[in-house]
Amino acid sequence: MASEKPILYGYFRSSCSWRVRLLNDGGQQFSPEFKEVNPMRQVPALKIDGITLSQSLAIIHYLEDTRPNPRLLPQDPKKRAQVRMIADHIASGIQPLQNLRVLKEMGEKKKEWAQNCISSGFQALEQILQHTAGRYCVGDEVSMADLCLVPQVANAERFEVDMGPYPTISRINKALLELEAFKVSHPSRQPDTPAELRA
Amino acid sequence: PILYGYFRSSCSWRVRIALALKGISYDLVPVNLLNDGGQQFSPEFKEVNPMRQVPALKIDGITLSQSLAIIHYLEDTRPNPRLLPQDPKKRAQVRMIADHIASGIQPLQNLRVLKEMGEKKKEWAQNCISSGFQALEQILQHTAGRYCVGDEVSMADLCLVPQVANAERFEVDMGPYPTISRINKALLELEAFKVSHPSRQPDTPAELRA
Repeated sequence: MASEKPILYGYFRSSCSWRVRLLNDGGQQFSPEFKEVNPMRQVPALKIDGITLSQSLAIIHYLEDTRPNPRLLPQDPKKRAQVRMIADHIASGIQPLQNLRVLKEMGEKKKEWAQNCISSGFQALEQILQHTAGRYCVGDEVSMADLCLVPQVANAERFEVDMGPYPTISRINKALLELEAFKVSHPSRQPDTPAELRA
Repeated sequence: PILYGYFRSSCSWRVRIALALKGISYDLVPVNLLNDGGQQFSPEFKEVNPMRQVPALKIDGITLSQSLAIIHYLEDTRPNPRLLPQDPKKRAQVRMIADHIASGIQPLQNLRVLKEMGEKKKEWAQNCISSGFQALEQILQHTAGRYCVGDEVSMADLCLVPQVANAERFEVDMGPYPTISRINKALLELEAFKVSHPSRQPDTPAELRA
């Protein structure tokens, strides 16, 4: 494939952008361009193989379909479903409720609102993980669910959510953050990370 | 299989369409989101789905939630007819559109957020749907044939029709979205979209029945 390096339109602190950076070597294969206006006006957006995609999980699925190693989805359909259920729970059920647009609307109540959304989402997730988790969210292999978990926990910490009630989430998060891909893609280490937030 | 759903839940409707398209018969356990303070909050339902949301599907000895995770499972295990194209780029476009609706529009105008918006709820819902549809109308210029992506019904179409129904409920002006409207109309002529319609469910209230 002689084509140019894929371009990731992202924002250092966007949890959705972080999910995409987590692919393979932590996103180092992407040539980062942080433009105000990208074709889709969304972060993340990925320009790759002659197309531009938005929606982090659509992007991640495309990368999984076209660059299948290492795998981010189990082969067993029931385990795949569990991975997708957890990923979607975070990507549809938690994150959108506490993204910038909704928070702006909440005004002064924004922190409390974000904490409530994340807490109730994590409460449900903690329960689900009792049935699915091994070393990671589903069994012992890193999957799309884990790519969604870590950035969402980072959001939780930013909003000062009490993580006490979610020991499984915390354990898995800690284990994932020891992996190279999760470190190198971390918001504190991006080209657009402000100086005061840099690792 | 047992589907836990609500007649008017757009997320439940997505799954009903998939079950109809794939010819999978199921039993419905209605979960009324408004009665009794919201039946999704009952302890019994929490056992079914800790997320306390519909839809949930009990099938093959497991219980799944999240409409697109459920639909992907049906696709993985009952692959005919197909709801995802074989070409990876077209698949990505289908997923991008489905996720745009399922993560980018619907959650912003679901019950929980609307409650928080109080009097501003209708205006808020209209704004979320409008800006979402504005982006979608543009995307469809590159992807649409007869349906959202080319000429085959896909997961994107399963998300589109219920979201348009939501738009109509909130009286969103559909004038600026002719492609969305055209595709919606074409899909509603298909049997699976008719039989799964909110107006024709076991738990549809009498006054809303078709």
